[in-house]
Amino acid sequence: MGDLARFLPRTTESWLVLVLILVVGFLGLATNTFLMPANLVDLVNQSATNLIFAVGLLAVLIAGGIDISFAVAASVVQYIVVMAVLALGGGNWVVGLGLAGLCGFALGAINAALIYYFRIISIVVTIATFNVFFGFLMFVTRGVSIYDIPDWLYDRFNLVEHQTSSGAYIELTLPVVIMIVMVIATWVLLNTLTVGRQLFAMGDNPDGAKRVGINIAAIHFLAYGWLGICAGVGGLMQAHYVREVVPNALYGRELEVLAAVVLGGARLGGGRGTVFGTILGVALIAITQNGLNLLGVSPYAFQMVVGAVILFAITTSNLQTTGLFRRRSAA
Amino acid sequence: MAAAAPAVPLLRVDHVSKMFGGVRALDDVSFELREGEVHCLAGENGSGKSTLIKLISGVYRPEPGAAIRFGEREFSAVTPAIARELGVQVIWQDLALFSHLTVAENIAFEQNLGGRFRWVRRRNLREAARATLSRLGFAIDVERPLMELSIAQRQLVAIARALVADARIVFMDEPTASTTQAETRALFEVVRKLSADGIAVVFVSHRLAEVMAIAERVTVLRDGRQVGVFRADEMSPARLTELMTGRQFDESVHARDRSRAGIVLKAEALSRDGEYEDISFQLHAGEILGITGLLGAGRTELASTLFGLNRPDRGRFLLNGEECRFGSNRGAIDAGIAYVPEDRLTLGLVQAQSIADNTVMAAMDRIASTSGVIDGRRKSHLVGNWIGQLAIRVGEPDDPVRTLSGGNQQRVVLAKWLATEPKVLILDSPTVGVDVGARAGIFAIVRELAEAGIAIILISDEIPEVYQNADRVLHMRGGRLVDAYDPRSARIETIEAAVHG
Repeated sequence: MGDLARFLPRTTESWLVLVLILVVGFLGLATNTFLMPANLVDLVNQSATNLIFAVGLLAVLIAGGIDISFAVAASVVQYIVVMAVLALGGGNWVVGLGLAGLCGFALGAINAALIYYFRIISIVVTIATFNVFFGFLMFVTRGVSIYDIPDWLYDRFNLVEHQTSSGAYIELTLPVVIMIVMVIATWVLLNTLTVGRQLFAMGDNPDGAKRVGINIAAIHFLAYGWLGICAGVGGLMQAHYVREVVPNALYGRELEVLAAVVLGGARLGGGRGTVFGTILGVALIAITQNGLNLLGVSPYAFQMVVGAVILFAITTSNLQTTGLFRRRSAA
Repeated sequence: MAAAAPAVPLLRVDHVSKMFGGVRALDDVSFELREGEVHCLAGENGSGKSTLIKLISGVYRPEPGAAIRFGEREFSAVTPAIARELGVQVIWQDLALFSHLTVAENIAFEQNLGGRFRWVRRRNLREAARATLSRLGFAIDVERPLMELSIAQRQLVAIARALVADARIVFMDEPTASTTQAETRALFEVVRKLSADGIAVVFVSHRLAEVMAIAERVTVLRDGRQVGVFRADEMSPARLTELMTGRQFDESVHARDRSRAGIVLKAEALSRDGEYEDISFQLHAGEILGITGLLGAGRTELASTLFGLNRPDRGRFLLNGEECRFGSNRGAIDAGIAYVPEDRLTLGLVQAQSIADNTVMAAMDRIASTSGVIDGRRKSHLVGNWIGQLAIRVGEPDDPVRTLSGGNQQRVVLAKWLATEPKVLILDSPTVGVDVGARAGIFAIVRELAEAGIAIILISDEIPEVYQNADRVLHMRGGRLVDAYDPRSARIETIEAAVHG
């Protein structure tokens, strides 16, 4: 036992790498399509939106909160941005991304304000805003999709294009580039900027953070605002990828992303989480979904996996934080 | 010790008062600190100690008319920023550290503050942390995450953080509450170093005997007023308790010989991996058996097993000669075992519910009719009976429990369990969060219950408590029972040396 334990991975990240290798190996043997370059590239392109969402959610989880509303918030942003640029007569990528980030930040700020100023726990606030955002969107749009989107959003914009010998196209799209930018930006925010360390500190020990002099309100706006920006940008990428804006296209995506982030080692309850782990978590979830597809398993099985991952993460993080017999301070 | 006092004290506070709602938490209090002095701030819960610290550190604003002087500078109130700038640092009991961050980040977190976007300077953090730790004479790897450190090491990290912030006055809130005697000695070594550097250290502690060993002066507060400032070397624990409460207390030993009474509970080589090992003892009817030891010695875990919250891996225990195999604590309650947990605020009471509802919570079947409906008359009879017997001072039985003082809340927990008519009553640290004054009342009740024949296990790390009230004292260390004492023949110093040594 003891000898075996030495060869077991020590960190969440190394566990994930091990599991990823096993899953990829299994799918490579079980299907003859999984390891095809076209499938793998497609997987990356498809995952761009989820990973952009995921790094935003990572910031909120590290700060000790949770957000269920970001995926439908992204749908709201899609509508606002597309309607706005159409009204303004076209626009371009710079205007689109800027506007998406701004709208996303505003919606995130609504969550932050409710959580901070009214002292309501984040899960309750964001379940409520999830319904407010989604209900508002369906009510105003009457559930009608926008197919006539601006040209810049419609046209493919490939950075790498390569035709394989079998005739399939391998292309790295703009969403992948934006994804890389957002991942690096989140890493910089969390690890190299002082406000990022304040984010960790607040999630770790909120009282301690207050006493050491951290501006708790500002850090709330930073965490939920950053997720809002990621939601807005990620939403725009999804609209670009599918070339249309459908009001309920992202509905339900929040749990998939949440499962990926907690699988990546972010602790529900705050204080811990890494960008690398998040990337691995998103990859594992995406590969699982893709693999189940290729194996011809019903998509409901994937939903089951997502639910199980979240339950597992919640139970294990509770085990770590149980303080039932902790001594209460008296003074 | 009696160095000539400098002309201008480091800190002098006069006429500070603080009202909360209509209540005067602090009433015209004065407080003085000299450079490099070690000072003890003593008082019961609610006497105003933490209010005073919060006024000096800027968390609260005093009522108008206060004068807070730092050397030559005078303020009528300070903000947290001003207090920090003047060198006031508070080390709270929970230390306010970040367990997932590194030691270096914890110590020098100040460098990370501010709302502007700046780069983290990790090398500066590490250097500041190392320099401060070496000034204290400690070598801890500053790259390690804090959660890998022991409580005593974390305390050093908290002290180092105060020093990084250029502390001139350090308040320490109950710093010895969970440290061993060796760790306490190491802490006092650090305090002496700070003191030699001219930093004033103020202890807020309930382990008075310990603090007396290092403090030069003691300021005593009672009911929000200053009772006086005393020299520590002229003070004894008994005298200090008297000053804090305004009353004198019986400090005699109440142990009796109950070995001829019938055995109620018998443990035979109980073990639970990682918690306790090979525990055997006998508990007689009407006996008070004290179990003491440091925090984490396995006392609470043992109590959990006796109360059916978990099962032993090996060994067994018998209640009135019958082996107990509880599936849950319901089985233990039905068999006649009651458990008053250490953390009564979260485990023992439903704070928002009424005193009456809390009292009957564990004894529903006694007040319910055969169809399961609660009989209002039986309920109010039961509640009235226990409120009277335990002399709980309540406005109305229907008031929420949170409106009661700590001592009265503890009586409600007792009433709740006594309403189940237990044969064995386990009390886990019954005086945590209860005033010195109210403690005597609780123990008087406990001794009466024992006289009435209930067998009682009294778990506490307050050795005087078990020494004065228990009939026998068991010492638990590292999950094992290492010794047994009879308070009528053993000296309290012997037990204290064994436990804290």
